[in-house]
Amino acid sequence: MATVPERKRTPAAIAVIAVMAVLLVGAAAPTAFAGPDRSLAAKFAYCQDCHGPDGQGYRGFYPIPRLAGQQVQYIENQLRAFTEHRRKNEIMLNVAHGLHGGMVTELAARFHAAHAPPIGGGPRGLVARGKEIFDSGIPEKNVAACAACHGPGAPGTGEIPRLAGQLYEYVVAKLVNWSKERGQIASQPDTSLIMEPIAHSLTRPEAQAVAAYVSTLR
Amino acid sequence: MRAHLAKLRFTAAALMVLGAGIVGAARAEDAAVQNCTWCHGSGAQGYTPAPRLAGQRAAYLRSQLLRFRTHGRNAPVARQYMWSAADNLSDGRLRALADYFASLAPRPAMDGNAAQAAPGRAIYQNGLPDENIVACVACHGPDAQGVGAIPRLGGLSYDYLVRRLRDWQAGYNSAGARPMPHIAGNLSPAQIDALASYLSFMPSAGVRERGGPTRLTGSLPVADRR
Repeated sequence: MATVPERKRTPAAIAVIAVMAVLLVGAAAPTAFAGPDRSLAAKFAYCQDCHGPDGQGYRGFYPIPRLAGQQVQYIENQLRAFTEHRRKNEIMLNVAHGLHGGMVTELAARFHAAHAPPIGGGPRGLVARGKEIFDSGIPEKNVAACAACHGPGAPGTGEIPRLAGQLYEYVVAKLVNWSKERGQIASQPDTSLIMEPIAHSLTRPEAQAVAAYVSTLR
Repeated sequence: MRAHLAKLRFTAAALMVLGAGIVGAARAEDAAVQNCTWCHGSGAQGYTPAPRLAGQRAAYLRSQLLRFRTHGRNAPVARQYMWSAADNLSDGRLRALADYFASLAPRPAMDGNAAQAAPGRAIYQNGLPDENIVACVACHGPDAQGVGAIPRLGGLSYDYLVRRLRDWQAGYNSAGARPMPHIAGNLSPAQIDALASYLSFMPSAGVRERGGPTRLTGSLPVADRR
């Protein structure tokens, strides 16, 4: 059988396996082995494989962010940042290279229209402190209130991302690694610069508190 | 009378706990474990067609035993062997078996096509964006070590890996399962061959869980031993 080259099989065994394979393939979904499907629907299903059927995000080996309700312009900007190596992420670099033409806006619009509830899982004990930081900042460190840009309830707008319902683990990881992932080309400064001093000012417990709070928002 | 019974029960429980402490943790000879290792290999390293259990994620083993018990895993091999095997497992024993096998150190099968390991690595680590095939690494990790209920794939046998992917393509094991049935559906036979080959050669890095040392022994609660 074509699927197991370079392995020794007797002709009889090959015949048996071939019959079994025909039986199996007969029962398979009609799309199996049909070759690449270039449609928008197929690409959206590909995004859903990792980001979840409703774009609610997923806890894989790495936290895979929620895209449901995300701002279209933000998604477009980040995909461009991946391909231009301003935002560092090997997986998304490959993904972004496979997106063509007007596809990005269409895909982003589909996720923007999704309203899945947050998948939860953040530590509830940190939510109150997180809300405090989000709404009022940290005056003694001159850290701006998150709500000033992301909006009360963290819906985001335009190129400013929605944070409401985002995965706790994802937000923590982004905040503590900000300058290792974002703004990687000094000669091409982008919007990630706005967050840089804020991310640097936050201690890990503070980042965790903010992440816990936004992860609960619908 | 009730107080007396409760006291008896307490004494019995205390003796069991004490017994467990004295007997220690090596439980390869337990009947429940042996029922698994008859097929999965005496060292739980897998024996065709039964996959390696050693070093598999405990949460994954639990979820799959539950799926055998509720017949969500419905491929031919599952029906033939695992439905009856999982039928009579209590929740407690199921958990104990999962913890036990997860605690064993896994060895790689190294039985794939060596020439296919490089293309398999490319699919695993990078995906094939133009063919809408996601990078396996995102969920299964850079060393295919898995996490939580996401299984370790590194070092599983070639035949087992091929079979699982083909089973999904054939529509088995798919009820309530996501995202693997869809992902597997996009893979060509050559891509399955490459992935299974690459994974079969992967050494067992990242065995340690929660920072602790790999324990080579596990234990079943006394009540679950016979």
